[in-house]
Amino acid sequence: MSTASVSGAPRRPRTFGRREATELIAPLAIAGVVTTVLFAITPLAGPVGFVIVMYSLFIAQYYWYARRTHGVKAGVDRAVTVVISSAAAFTILPLVFIMGFVVAKGAKSLTWGFFHHTMEGVAPGAPASAGGAFHAIIGTLIQVALATFICVPFGVLTAVYLQEVRGRFVPLVRVIVDAMSGLPSIVAGLFIFAVWVVGLGQGFSGLAASLALGVLMLPTVARTTEEMLKLVDPSLREASTALGAPQWRTVLRVVLPTARSGIITAVILGIARIAGETAPLLMTSFGNDRANPTKTLSEPQESLPLFIYRQITSSQGASVDRAWSAALVLVAIVLVLFVVARVLGRTRPAK
Amino acid sequence: MTTAAAMASLVVMGLIAIFLFVKAWPAMHQAGWHFFTRFQWDPDGAPALYGVASAVYGTVVIAIIALVVALPISIGTALYINEYAPRRAQRILVSLVDLLAAIPSVVFGLWGRDVLNKPLSDISAFLYKYFRFVPIFHTKALFFGNSFFVCGIVLALMIVPIITAISRAVMAEVPRPYCEAALALGGTKAGMIKEVIFPFSKGGLVGAAMLGLGRALGETIAVALILSINGNIMTNILAPGGSAIAGLIAVKFGEASVNGRSALLGAGLVLFLLTLVVNLVARLVVTRSRPPKGATK
Repeated sequence: MSTASVSGAPRRPRTFGRREATELIAPLAIAGVVTTVLFAITPLAGPVGFVIVMYSLFIAQYYWYARRTHGVKAGVDRAVTVVISSAAAFTILPLVFIMGFVVAKGAKSLTWGFFHHTMEGVAPGAPASAGGAFHAIIGTLIQVALATFICVPFGVLTAVYLQEVRGRFVPLVRVIVDAMSGLPSIVAGLFIFAVWVVGLGQGFSGLAASLALGVLMLPTVARTTEEMLKLVDPSLREASTALGAPQWRTVLRVVLPTARSGIITAVILGIARIAGETAPLLMTSFGNDRANPTKTLSEPQESLPLFIYRQITSSQGASVDRAWSAALVLVAIVLVLFVVARVLGRTRPAK
Repeated sequence: MTTAAAMASLVVMGLIAIFLFVKAWPAMHQAGWHFFTRFQWDPDGAPALYGVASAVYGTVVIAIIALVVALPISIGTALYINEYAPRRAQRILVSLVDLLAAIPSVVFGLWGRDVLNKPLSDISAFLYKYFRFVPIFHTKALFFGNSFFVCGIVLALMIVPIITAISRAVMAEVPRPYCEAALALGGTKAGMIKEVIFPFSKGGLVGAAMLGLGRALGETIAVALILSINGNIMTNILAPGGSAIAGLIAVKFGEASVNGRSALLGAGLVLFLLTLVVNLVARLVVTRSRPPKGATK
């Protein structure tokens, strides 16, 4: 039974007025008081227990009242609404917590020196003010740029194949790209290690890391670009074909330029996906304490995620503080990329 | 040329399988079938004894904990966004869920290890105190934390975005007239969800859960940072210890010898095949469960 058919005057079933607000706040307040009393007089303790007890009490009352006034179905409906809304809150809460901790703990020992010092010659027990992540920031920029450079042509062409060429292998390629998007990142690292680092004897290097990151970036770029190509107005293609342009020319001159901002979004999403990857770097770029941008092809190189990981695991003195600072920098970079991708993604291709 | 580029993904996936197998073969050959049955990981000892049994076990246990926690939260979030949230809140919520997916796993690991481990240890102590008759909560250890349980919770947060995104897409494809008919007949929203949305999207939700499982199986850094890895098969989920394939590789790789690395590549091959099967089956389920008229999303 919806609320409208029970209470006299006809009313839209899902309005939320003063009465509904009272029915929501009253049980919440009662649950709060009862739980506080309960925790004062019984051995129950702890913030988590408090929330659980109060939450259960609240749902029980909320259900019971709606059931008494509007019937069983209304009671169940209300209880379900509460549970579903709290699930959404439970998804957002960790995000807020993580962001809060990263900002609070990261800002604590973030100084200007952090941006232009390296870890070269920094003693293991040195305070957080000694040393910095300059080399890691440089490394991340180089490796991500190289990975993008390697991956984007393949990604865009794969999307063109799936959406424009529509060749014989479309189902197969789609399955493989999907499977690739679920590839554990550490397996990509092991693959480049097996092929490039020891297989071809190239050794650990920033380039090896870029290759592994490129593998991880490919499915994101391919699938997002494909979605963007779908948005291109078909009449543009038809017009181009009617003017006698071969397909390659239509794609190159009409489809890709029209979808440009969409493709940029795809690339940025791909970058955001790989900028924080750590696992594949352990066996490809390995890590380094000094800046070596000119030796990207031949020497082990640091990057931000790897810097965080190495600082955490060395766990001496202030190294964890440095890890939090680097986490703040990394999250800030990813966040900026994310927002840029969103803003660009909102502008749909011109019709 | 586009065909060639499209084949790149195919070639890479093939090469991954081939190269991992070739490079792992020496260590796997040396260990024989024991590679799949032995618990300990000591490829450089004399005699060298190593196997992935406890790592595979731990990987699966952690992934299942993560899935059990993440699935109700994700489906609830998806339903909230689709059915309950006001239009403006919808867009913001979708962005926030995507943002959760964009947080690097090393940051999750740092947070889990430094911040979340303590309160979860307290919850572990509580579960041990009152529910130790349940086998998975029974332990002889006096410490809690750095356990399967903590890893599972952190991984759950990491897989919530993908399960939410896919179940949202699946549930949005339920024909709208059916939903409206249910409401018009006097049904409640809860009734509509139970009687219309769930039956229509059951297959897709199973697929979404499996894709989340695939992600949880392959998650590396958070596990490497949180779990205190030993070679034991842990029957309880609260005490420190246990193992997991990806975490094991990350932790042992730096100091491993030639044979050790070969063995770790073997472990990587096992992980690759495990996730590949889970992901392919999941995609198949999602695609099959779609309404026949080629809706793409």
